[in-house]
Amino acid sequence: MPFNQKPQKFNAKINTVTIGTGDKTVTLGGNSTFPFYTFDAPTVNTPKVGVEISDLGLEALPEGAKAYYEGCTTMADIAKKAAAMEGADFVALVLEGGDPNGEDKPVEDLIAVVKEVADAVDCPLVVEGCKNVEKDSTLLAKVAEALQGRNVVVMSEKEENYKAVGAAAGLAYNQIVGAESAVDINLAKQLNVVTTQLGINAQNIVMNVGTACAGYGYEYVVSTMDRIKGAALGQNDNMLQMPIITPVASETWGVKEASASEADMPEWGPQDERGIDMEVMTAAADLASGSDAVILRHPQSVAAVSKMIKALA
Amino acid sequence: MALSGIQIFKLTPKKNCKECGCPTCMAFSMKVAQGAMKIEQCPHMSDEAIASLSEATAPPMKTIKIGAGSEEFSLGGETVMFRHEKTYVSKTRYAVNLCTCMDEAAVDAKLAEIPKVDYERIGERMYVELVNVKCAEGADAAAYTALVQKAAGLGRTMILECSDPEIAKAALEVCKDSKPVLNGANPSNYEAMNAVATAAGVVLGVTGADLNERYDTVAALEKLGNKNLVIDVTGADVKETFANAVLVRRAAIKDQDRTFGYPSIVNLVALAKGDLHLQAALASLFTMKYGSIIVMEQLTYAEALPLYGLRQNVFTDPQKPMKVETGIYPINGADENSIVLTTVDFALTYFVASGEMERSGVPINLVISDAGGLSVLTSWAAGKFSGTTISKYIIENVEPKVKCRKLVIPGKVAVLKGDLEAKLPGWEIIVGPREAVQLVKFLKDLQ
Ligand code: SF4
Repeated sequence: MPFNQKPQKFNAKINTVTIGTGDKTVTLGGNSTFPFYTFDAPTVNTPKVGVEISDLGLEALPEGAKAYYEGCTTMADIAKKAAAMEGADFVALVLEGGDPNGEDKPVEDLIAVVKEVADAVDCPLVVEGCKNVEKDSTLLAKVAEALQGRNVVVMSEKEENYKAVGAAAGLAYNQIVGAESAVDINLAKQLNVVTTQLGINAQNIVMNVGTACAGYGYEYVVSTMDRIKGAALGQNDNMLQMPIITPVASETWGVKEASASEADMPEWGPQDERGIDMEVMTAAADLASGSDAVILRHPQSVAAVSKMIKALA
Repeated sequence: MALSGIQIFKLTPKKNCKECGCPTCMAFSMKVAQGAMKIEQCPHMSDEAIASLSEATAPPMKTIKIGAGSEEFSLGGETVMFRHEKTYVSKTRYAVNLCTCMDEAAVDAKLAEIPKVDYERIGERMYVELVNVKCAEGADAAAYTALVQKAAGLGRTMILECSDPEIAKAALEVCKDSKPVLNGANPSNYEAMNAVATAAGVVLGVTGADLNERYDTVAALEKLGNKNLVIDVTGADVKETFANAVLVRRAAIKDQDRTFGYPSIVNLVALAKGDLHLQAALASLFTMKYGSIIVMEQLTYAEALPLYGLRQNVFTDPQKPMKVETGIYPINGADENSIVLTTVDFALTYFVASGEMERSGVPINLVISDAGGLSVLTSWAAGKFSGTTISKYIIENVEPKVKCRKLVIPGKVAVLKGDLEAKLPGWEIIVGPREAVQLVKFLKDLQ
């Protein structure tokens, strides 16, 4: 008696969101199965990999990544090199220098960086804020304006600033809104509800449902994403059917497993390897739980994760 | 799977004799369905009815034990597909691969490398629990047995990857007491392999060209009376292997197909030999989705730190938050004169906060008292992180050990400042930031 394979069919699907313009676009979502369940139905769009670059340049990068960008002196150089990375589908610019508790760069300076990057590459773009909700309200509105016509994702729209960020990105300048919530299905849904109530089309929203590094409360990420995908597909909840973009690098490179030097922790071995594996394993877990795109930093992580995606497709 | 009261009722004698203490057989059946009574409490139940009931109420996936003594591990026994439904019960276990195809120097290097990873993380010992010993095509019994014997010296539970019954028999002679897994039964050898595995009293791993072959082989082995099995789901490529891992688990849990109700083995060496970063990605993937044993080419600190952290997170009770031990945690080489910071024992809070404190480079005595494993605001609201609990802990445990009298409390409980000043005479109470990300700047400014 052979094995009776029962497929798990859903009548709902994740929204399809296309980022970028012209012939250099990427499309997220569109699938009606749990991640990589090709045996239930073919994958419509495979998950995508973004390369994170920062307005602060290369200084904070791990050694191996620094080596990859060697010779780059301007943000335009860095952006070009990021876009050319093996396995890269899009570039994600993080405007961390805007943080009032950090460099506190003025908005105009950051917009200049955004423009320089956008002019240098024709690949799809994702822009993340500086983590400070007040600063992001003005900063991200200006980003949306500066990149009009490029169909970018403006991330970091939060509960506290969704009106300013959402309205500018989603209504005034027709960008894709990246709604960010903190690892909770209800918070994710609530933000999508209020964002659509602004008049933004649900098809123009992607979610960052919050993330963590493997080992650091990661169980909340798994269960949040499992439940979101379950509700989106199983209950046809159209306020949870937005594709998920997960910034991975910003979580993984700061933890001590990745940031402790080999001199401090000789038994742990080479720092670059630890950082890559932390980034790769966290990203793989995100993808297994339901991320439609991940944002990574190290070229070897980008290569490995995109290889895994291709192998599973 | 739980049976409904009606299904159980169909099996009762329907005498309504009340001997079980229930007014009717139906009432009794409802109680059994709820788990309030046991089916044996009806004296008139036939043996067949009891047998069919215990079959129907048996867990969908068997718990299989491998290894011996301190190196014994339970695999499987899962009841759900997602961790938010109910706790996953048996952690994924990781094996490093050895092979007769490796030269002696390579084998020795691996054997030296494996024990290096050994550390503790939130009360759990993290080390390479398993060793996979592969018998490559063409290797003879003497060569394989020699390698198995050498590997056994590590004292870790082994998986013997070998599909030749004669060679397996010879190898088991030298290691069967440590209860390794014999992985290599397939449609053409299962009878002989079954004889070898049962004679040695070890778990048998089943493989095949596709899921049908595995399914039929498991069914045939069960017919022979062997239910001490694991299923090697490793297919020709990554895609097929992932499909196998999910389909086997789903058939068992969701569709109650007990033939596939066994733990799984995923061999990443077979899928991505030489590509360590791809193996890292896949180890994570199969930890998330249904690998009971994962075989890898190497497991150094680079792989172990993220992988064991991930596993520790995924295999937790979704209802019960992870707690860290109470105590004084010196950070950045803190001594008795270093400033004191306090927060709750919720593991996530601890990790995020201590990570930021480490980044600041400032020496700190991080004090964790019992807050019920809840976050700052939740434990404060529940009265488990209050002026009383904090001051009591400080007086009893911190004052004898730390000379510094500066205490930083989380910004979210700034309201406790006055109460703490009253309860901790001699201490300067400082309100810290509300979010951990602001700690680095706060601590640097404080200096
Ligand atoms: S003892 Fe058995 S037969 Fe008698 S009432 Fe209870 S369930 Fe029915």
